[in-house]
Amino acid sequence: MTHSAPITRPVAPGLDRLPDGEFGFDQARHLLWRAGFGGTPRQVQTLVEWGLERSVDYLLNPEGVKLEDAAPTFDRDIMRPATEEERLAYRRAQQSQDEDAVARFRLERQRRERQDREQIREMQKWWLGRMIESPRPLEEKMTLFWHGHFAASYRKIEDSFDMFAQNEMFRRHALGNFGDLLRGIIRDPAMLRYLDNDRSSVRRPNENLARELMELFSLGEGNYEEQDIKEGARALTGYTFADNEFVFEDRNHDKGSKNILGRSGRMNGEDFCDAILGRKACAGFIATKLYRFFVGDVALTLDGASPEARSAISQLAGTLQSSNYELKPALRRLFMSAHFHHPSIVGELIKSPAELVVGAARSLLTPTRDLSVLSDAMDLMGQSLFFPPSVKGWDGGRSWINTSTLYIRQNILTYMLTGRMPRGFDRSLNTQKFDAEPILGELAAGDPSGASDPTRVIDYLLRFALGRAPDSARDALLAFVREAGGRLTGDVITGLLVLVTAMPEYQLC
Amino acid sequence: MAQYDPQAFTRRAFLGRGMVLASASLAVPSFLQRSAFAMAQPGTPGVDDNRVLVVVQLSGGNDGLNTVVPFGDATYYRVRAGIGIAENAALKLDADQGLGLHPSLAGLKEMYDEGLLGVVQGVGYPNPNRSHFVSMDIWHTADTDATGEGWLGRYIDHQCCGYGKGESGTPDGPAPDANSMPGIALMRTAPLALEGVKSKPIAFETPELFRWTGEDVHESLAAPYEALTGRGGGQDASEGSNADFLLRTALDAQVSSDLIRKAVATRPLVEYPRSELAQQLSMVASMIRAGLKTRVYYVSHGGFDTHAGQGGAQGNHARLLQTYAEAMRAFYRDLKAQENDTRVLTMSFSEFGRRVAQNASGGTDHGTAAPMFLAGPMVRAGIHGEHPSLKNLDDGDLKFGIDFRSVYAGITRDWLQADPKVVLKGTFSPLRVIKKA
Repeated sequence: MTHSAPITRPVAPGLDRLPDGEFGFDQARHLLWRAGFGGTPRQVQTLVEWGLERSVDYLLNPEGVKLEDAAPTFDRDIMRPATEEERLAYRRAQQSQDEDAVARFRLERQRRERQDREQIREMQKWWLGRMIESPRPLEEKMTLFWHGHFAASYRKIEDSFDMFAQNEMFRRHALGNFGDLLRGIIRDPAMLRYLDNDRSSVRRPNENLARELMELFSLGEGNYEEQDIKEGARALTGYTFADNEFVFEDRNHDKGSKNILGRSGRMNGEDFCDAILGRKACAGFIATKLYRFFVGDVALTLDGASPEARSAISQLAGTLQSSNYELKPALRRLFMSAHFHHPSIVGELIKSPAELVVGAARSLLTPTRDLSVLSDAMDLMGQSLFFPPSVKGWDGGRSWINTSTLYIRQNILTYMLTGRMPRGFDRSLNTQKFDAEPILGELAAGDPSGASDPTRVIDYLLRFALGRAPDSARDALLAFVREAGGRLTGDVITGLLVLVTAMPEYQLC
Repeated sequence: MAQYDPQAFTRRAFLGRGMVLASASLAVPSFLQRSAFAMAQPGTPGVDDNRVLVVVQLSGGNDGLNTVVPFGDATYYRVRAGIGIAENAALKLDADQGLGLHPSLAGLKEMYDEGLLGVVQGVGYPNPNRSHFVSMDIWHTADTDATGEGWLGRYIDHQCCGYGKGESGTPDGPAPDANSMPGIALMRTAPLALEGVKSKPIAFETPELFRWTGEDVHESLAAPYEALTGRGGGQDASEGSNADFLLRTALDAQVSSDLIRKAVATRPLVEYPRSELAQQLSMVASMIRAGLKTRVYYVSHGGFDTHAGQGGAQGNHARLLQTYAEAMRAFYRDLKAQENDTRVLTMSFSEFGRRVAQNASGGTDHGTAAPMFLAGPMVRAGIHGEHPSLKNLDDGDLKFGIDFRSVYAGITRDWLQADPKVVLKGTFSPLRVIKKA
């Protein structure tokens, strides 16, 4: 090639809107999976009828959707601190070397710890149940997002009520304003405990919270200096808690002048947050995290990301910034974009354990059976709610998958569809029948003879459950129906779904 | 027009057809494919492909002072008036040094006398962390910040896939060698130690859980399942996509599950005691006997968090140690009967030892340095390092004499024949715990 005309660089499409005519069954299904936990054929069909804009607005504005959820009753006093009286009694017992009394205090402490561990298990089941039942799926999904973003684990916090309060805070601001979340997290007892801010003092500021606040929660590595951490830690001194409530200890707060991220003055924690929010890098970082959660795997540094992904993230960041960190305008643009619905994006995200389990219950309408079995399985798959592995949260993507977790993923679907657990788990044999009627009803409504034609039923199930229908899979499933006598009884449909959900592609959404 | 033939794609038929055909197929599980490659290529010169490392994790913080007992030190009896092991009960290792094993460790003492056991004393790391999970993560990552991958995961990455490149499953490394079968942990969830950047361990409590349970629902589901999950990458997904990655992993899972379940279904050559640890080690021995390419196995034995009622020569801690020693003894008898003993090194560790003085509840609280055991005919038998002083303490805790990463470095260099700098992400002088070849 000699002289060529100047290359006109194709403009990366960013978040240009998906043309209205292009929002059909596959796009509605995709939207329900990504902005929620999947939906039934009826729900997919409803979104198709509504069209893109109304569908996105419905999902984004859960406030209007009625929620029939009795406020859960968790005991906030299990891990309450000892009263002055109890402390005195303990000290007296120690001083007089009354070993029986000391041992009694120890035992009482251990009893409470056991009881609290039971309560956190109950909380896991409660949240999982809520994700399955809630008519506001995006609210729960964003709550899960913030749990992974501002990750704190019960393993260190050891007070279930703090975890509950944090969860409620995430839900309250799930689709609100990122600034409120950032300011909320520096007053959140669970996080203050998790990152040791309760041990911080004027004389010895603990830098843990200040560091993670910038590195993992808002700016990302490389967008602040060590000096910002030191000064930020001073701004956060005195931010602590007592008995499940935030406490600002004025006498323990450093009132001197600080210099953080280019701002200076007698800054406190809120001023520190404002300095962070004023940085462009903050919008970029949050946009990247949202993109990874809703759209596709990219490195936090965007190394190796496609021009399309970069352009989408940059526009997402721009929307966040111009709306002063309101989340809805950014997500609205994202969900309505052609990029979000591009074939290279659809069906290429590996489901998290929560998405797998909740998604199966919500889209296939399997019985929930036993929430503690589902919660245990999520743990085996690497996602125990309220127990993220570190302050970095869950890595997600391919890290969810190895040969062992793949079996757990296939087997929990078998359990949900049939009640069957591996041998050795007899206690949880649950014989409630799965009803395939709602899944096939939509097919029958549009195509009365289709519901009894194995080829059409198989294609329909593959398209609904997988979003694709590989030839080799269709052949194997047809052979199964033939072997079973050719008639599509309830058991045969269940069998088909046991097989379809065991396909490696079912792990994608 | 694909006519479905349930026999054509089943994993059993495919395995029966053997390696030569298999390597030509797109549907080859990744680690078998690697083995097939390795047959055509010479391996790394001087690296023995058959060496195995078994890690036994004693979870909860094993009390080192009542495991290797300093009976010659009067201080020991003063601070452990209730739970100390009497001199005449201790199984003498070295009378001059005044050291003996807890009386429940008779099995280990036999191995010691036969030259199969190395005791590394006073193992720890700087600024010890007393949280179970943080200290465990430190031992697993070989990093005192407790961050990053597992050290054995890094080792397997390094051996098989060209260390540190790309995401797992992306074929971007150099042609891997025969040792790329991932580590196997007989645990509920995979230990961090085995998690690499690329290498993802296999973990299961019993092989019964490492398989698809759908076939229990109805037998007619088995054949179509094999066809659906045995497709491998290639025809139904573009290379490098997540679908491709999942299809490959599913095929790996099927083949591993078959190999492993077939292996552990065989009867061991010796009688094992009835304990979970013995069961786990018996399964490891069966997998080694079956010729699996796995180089690292991981088992665990829990309950060592003896804050109260620990006991002395008898009691809680004594039972835990006895279970451990008897299982180890049976394991090496089995390996010897298989003639595989010279291939298998076993390393035992705990996340920390316990405090020097017993507490008011007849137990011990979280402490620091503790001994490690190394077992196998390749081990430089005997005692390595000094017993930590009971007088020169750090706020009531033992000071460590040997950094655990020096032990890892010795094992990495002299047994696994890999570069300790890469595996441990740092320079630690390797402790000579393996005999010269």
